[in-house]
Amino acid sequence: MVQSTNNSSVSRRDLLKAAAASGGALAAGSISVSAAAESNKENLPPNVADWSTSLGEGVDTNPYGKPSEFEKDVVRRSVRWLTASTESSVNFTPLHELDGIITPNGLCFERHHSGVAEVNPTDHRLMINGLVEKPLIFTMEDIMRFPRTNKIFFLECAANSGMEWRGAQLNGCQFTQGMIHCVQYTGVRLKYILEEAGLKTNAKWLMPEGGDSAGMNRSVPLAKALDDCLLAFKMNGEALRPEQGYPLRLVVPGWEGNMWVKWLRRIEVGDMPWHTREETSKYTDLMENGKSRRFTWVMDCKSVITNPSPQAPINHGKGHTVLTGLAWSGQGTVDRVDITLDGGKNWHAARIDGPRLPKALHRFYYEFDWDGSPLLLQSRAVDSTGYVQPTKDELRTVRGTNSIYHNNGIQTWHVLKNGEVENVEIS
Amino acid sequence: MSRFLKLAVAILTCSVWAFPADAGKFSLGRKATTEEVKAWDIDVRPDGQGLPEGNGSVSEGEELFQERCAACHGEFGEGIDRWPVLAGGQDSLKSERPEKTIGSYWPYLSTAYDYIYRAMPFGDAQSLSTDETYAILAYLLHMNDLVDEKFELNKSNFTSIRLPNEKNFVDDPRPDTPRPSIAKLCMKNCKAEAKITKRARIIDVTPTDKKNPTAGID
Ligand code: HEC
Repeated sequence: MVQSTNNSSVSRRDLLKAAAASGGALAAGSISVSAAAESNKENLPPNVADWSTSLGEGVDTNPYGKPSEFEKDVVRRSVRWLTASTESSVNFTPLHELDGIITPNGLCFERHHSGVAEVNPTDHRLMINGLVEKPLIFTMEDIMRFPRTNKIFFLECAANSGMEWRGAQLNGCQFTQGMIHCVQYTGVRLKYILEEAGLKTNAKWLMPEGGDSAGMNRSVPLAKALDDCLLAFKMNGEALRPEQGYPLRLVVPGWEGNMWVKWLRRIEVGDMPWHTREETSKYTDLMENGKSRRFTWVMDCKSVITNPSPQAPINHGKGHTVLTGLAWSGQGTVDRVDITLDGGKNWHAARIDGPRLPKALHRFYYEFDWDGSPLLLQSRAVDSTGYVQPTKDELRTVRGTNSIYHNNGIQTWHVLKNGEVENVEIS
Repeated sequence: MSRFLKLAVAILTCSVWAFPADAGKFSLGRKATTEEVKAWDIDVRPDGQGLPEGNGSVSEGEELFQERCAACHGEFGEGIDRWPVLAGGQDSLKSERPEKTIGSYWPYLSTAYDYIYRAMPFGDAQSLSTDETYAILAYLLHMNDLVDEKFELNKSNFTSIRLPNEKNFVDDPRPDTPRPSIAKLCMKNCKAEAKITKRARIIDVTPTDKKNPTAGID
């Protein structure tokens, strides 16, 4: 059986195991239960399953509920060779296991620079200083007394798909596109907090700063802060998870995840940007000519087919097949997603289903009758500004292959006759 | 109009930002004292704003660096295993494997002061004194061939030090990819053939393989 490992990182062994279990599938990590688990005849008609004849666990067995044990492989995974330490590292959302547009809190990818700060909310303080009339300190209780708002936004790391600049590299959308999540935030407008301190007329920039030992700091233009930034304390209805910045995180809709400072302890107001390490050494995009783009904040329109994909092969053989995926844009809503089964010879309109909110994930489907022949799958999204998701080669033509960040190129999956899927690029 | 209808119209007309009405001041929070602000305000800007009094020399920095930093970043800032490289890499930015260091890539020295004081040594943040931070920076400048071994860095000569790559940063020019007309996006018979040109090299996922590409995630 496939579900023999709890190890959430990909090792060579896991790959080989998964490959063996799925008859040579290229899947990284484990593949879904439905895919490979063998049924127990005793549970199937005409027999009556155990769970239909005996009592189950009572209430309070799990005061905080958890997923079915049959879902235990639906987890974040990391690629260990990427970084020197787990405290300065990243893991990835299992996009191929999810549906709809909301990411469950425990599956939202993590990226830390000095580990997960364990902050006691009673002792947490937010300071506002710099170009303000009156520097202020807020408790969490103070912050929750401002008018609240609920907004659904995606958060994407600027380095999502960054490993793919030189070519197809990782087999699984969890690894190639999984530095993204989308939750509903409850919080207060940053504008209110700033107005409380009173902005001086020469105020133009903010520097949010994290309370972890990385003291994560970025420069945010004041206009963005006043427009739609939030200070969030809840995600999907419950308190932020520690790894997402409990008790307070900055929300910068549509802009790169690094700016969404976690464990927010301070905001300084200034008249020019700070050029912090995370906007100079990192999060600048190096071009072929040696020039680097800085302050590349917006996450451009992008999409990916999450099923089928390398970790989620087609196991049912030919016949009616559901293709699904995600699309998003940091500029607004996604107006349209086209998909191709034949590597771009012919395109078909996918069906966007569920909420279509600006700067949030959109879920799309395309149902078709698979004849069992190999497929080259791609999705192409168009956002509300008319921007069309580019191909990877179009991006490389302009930017070369050293820019690490902002790779929003079209992803290709090769579906083999036996339903296995691999990450490829095509002419 | 019913309340519901009004609400619906309001949502439709200003669909995105239906925030609560701007209510002015809420009289929440308390004034931060001068001492509180001074203790937490640790950031430093390229124009020198935020630099504290202090100074440190290359030789003092060398000693400190070996003690507090070299275990991860190497004696000369060359980086051990996968820990970040802090020196060298000059003229590598246009190559296959660019090496981005303080000397080869960073635009401003203030960034290094700001970052090292707030975040380093890794796991022991804000433990360096201001003199120690100046000294370590002096050593790192020397390791990047930007100052000689007798150099001393202090608050007043700080902004006179310019890093070589400063001029190579440009503003974001996106959108920078082709902008096809949406109405004319090809849907049928768009190309004759589609050939596989690249395949994910599955072996690269193996975490123990030190020879894996270094394409970063940060
Ligand atoms: C235990 C290992 C360790 C020690 C000791 C250490 N560092 Fe670091 N250093 C790191 C890690 C890890 C990072 C990257 C952190 C991240 O992910 O943001 C880093 C990042 C840096 C960077 C930024 C590199 C870049 O290219 O952006 C500088 C500069 C730096 N360290 C300087 C120092 C100095 C100076 C000291 C000694 C006072 C020191 N470090 C001690 C592990 C260490």
